Amino acid sequence: MIEANLKSELDKIVARYEHKRAALLPVLHAVQEQRGFISSATEQEVADFLEIPIVSVHEVVSFYHLFHQEPKGKCHFSVCQTTACALRGSEKIIEHIKNRLGIKVGETTSDGKFSLSVVECLGACEIAPIMQLNKDYRGCLTIEQIDQLIAQNK
Amino acid sequence: MEKILSRRFGQENSHRLENYLKDSGYEGARKALTQMTPAAVIDEVKKANLRGLGGAGFPTGMKWSFINPANPKPRYLVINGDEGEPGTFKDKYIFEQDPHAFLEGVIITCFAIGSHKAYVYIRGEYLKSIARLQNAINEAYQNGFLGKGILGTAFDLEVVVHQGAGAYICGEETALLESLEGKKGFPRLKPPFPAVIGLFGCPTVINNVETVACVGPIIYKGAEWFAKLGCEKNGGNRLFCISGHVNKPGVYELPNGTTLREMIYEHAGGILNGRALKAVIPGGISAPILTPDQIDVKMDFDSLKAIGSMAGSGGVIVMDDSTDMVWAAMIAARFFAHESCGQCSPCREGSGWVYRNVKRIFDGEGRPHDLLNLPGIINNIGGNTICAFGDAITMSVGSYVTKFRSEFESKIKRPNPI
Repeated sequence: MIEANLKSELDKIVARYEHKRAALLPVLHAVQEQRGFISSATEQEVADFLEIPIVSVHEVVSFYHLFHQEPKGKCHFSVCQTTACALRGSEKIIEHIKNRLGIKVGETTSDGKFSLSVVECLGACEIAPIMQLNKDYRGCLTIEQIDQLIAQNK
Repeated sequence: MEKILSRRFGQENSHRLENYLKDSGYEGARKALTQMTPAAVIDEVKKANLRGLGGAGFPTGMKWSFINPANPKPRYLVINGDEGEPGTFKDKYIFEQDPHAFLEGVIITCFAIGSHKAYVYIRGEYLKSIARLQNAINEAYQNGFLGKGILGTAFDLEVVVHQGAGAYICGEETALLESLEGKKGFPRLKPPFPAVIGLFGCPTVINNVETVACVGPIIYKGAEWFAKLGCEKNGGNRLFCISGHVNKPGVYELPNGTTLREMIYEHAGGILNGRALKAVIPGGISAPILTPDQIDVKMDFDSLKAIGSMAGSGGVIVMDDSTDMVWAAMIAARFFAHESCGQCSPCREGSGWVYRNVKRIFDGEGRPHDLLNLPGIINNIGGNTICAFGDAITMSVGSYVTKFRSEFESKIKRPNPI
């Protein structure tokens, strides 16, 4: 069941669109914001709410990488690996995070504190190498900065 | 040089309505809505030689004129703010630093095409852009620049911000429409073009953020003034994004027709650590790569096309002489393999095949037949797919292989299997 406070937010989102289904992406963003990820059960609730088949929800959740099908760590590093960042040393940053946390790309530490993703261009090449840390952009990354962030969030 | 798009960037509270109004804000919209007809607005934009700054460079006024005034269905303006092309970050600056200039362009554009609802699709990661624009929209509603009876006229307009969810392909305009309708971003087969059947089956104009941000100044100061700023058939200035191995990466507003050499060496401060230039991507990762002997090219749509590349999204990525071009090709190929939407077989299968092939060569596992096969695989993607993504793989990765073939050859260490 979608909670009452969330439902009123979703109703407002749906009202912005000509067709209910068009609200799917913003509805999923709002639901994920509250629940952290989108489970199969959540997909069913969203499908019921928007009166569309669950497959129409699942194919969208699995197509867009900003929707997570499992929980992410409290501190989610999404490091850019595309050209401008790669030229400015993103490979070293990614390797360093992997080594420090003992996880591979796409994994979460067993204590649920950290996740590592690599992503394609985040649109902030002027401050490369960059990553998205939860909601914020962090640019001109250095190994020291990564160590500091890990220490702060341990 | 007179700045148009970035003149308020960096000013304190440049995103607030009160500051925009102090700087003749919304005067272009006032002029269009109170003194001009929609046809006259379209005519003015045509005369300004404004071209689509998302990458295709299509004449904007002409695009607007494809909307059939006799079609009784509602019309939509959809703004493409997905900005996913690697090396491009200009629209973010417009949203964050001057959202009202953008909104003014939206109002004039909607007036010109007879639309009463605009959707602004912003890439999902740009949370600050989304917040800034939403704030500007709220200010505009409160002050009579959006909503019912704008500026005391009979013109109504509603603007909705739509957050994307991290798929590069949604920057392709018909994939963007699908995404806006709540589906996965599969590009549509054209025709029909969006001007006939677009969002929700209705006539739709899709414009880039920067393109629309040019419209207010064009109407306020006139087409002639704007056209003179740029070069022939490509009016105005453009926000160029320079990144990679340069001393001062950033957004630079420069006239269309500025040379690539001037951008790299004068504006971006030259190559990092005093090294030499090896290669440069002139218009986002999809644009064929250029070598140092080509950097006297003027950075407008037609001049870049003439030398076999493209102006694209204005994203300039500079590589110095320490760059391994097989590695750079592998990164481009990996990007395309990751972002292929999977709808068309040549692209879905080909993008991964190209990546694995280039990676094998980079890893020192390549054999002569890998290099022999590579152009064939690359060339069989472009032209065989629904959207231009396939062409981008062919143009982009293909250009590394053609221009830096000796680097690929030098990495082939193993013989063909018997």
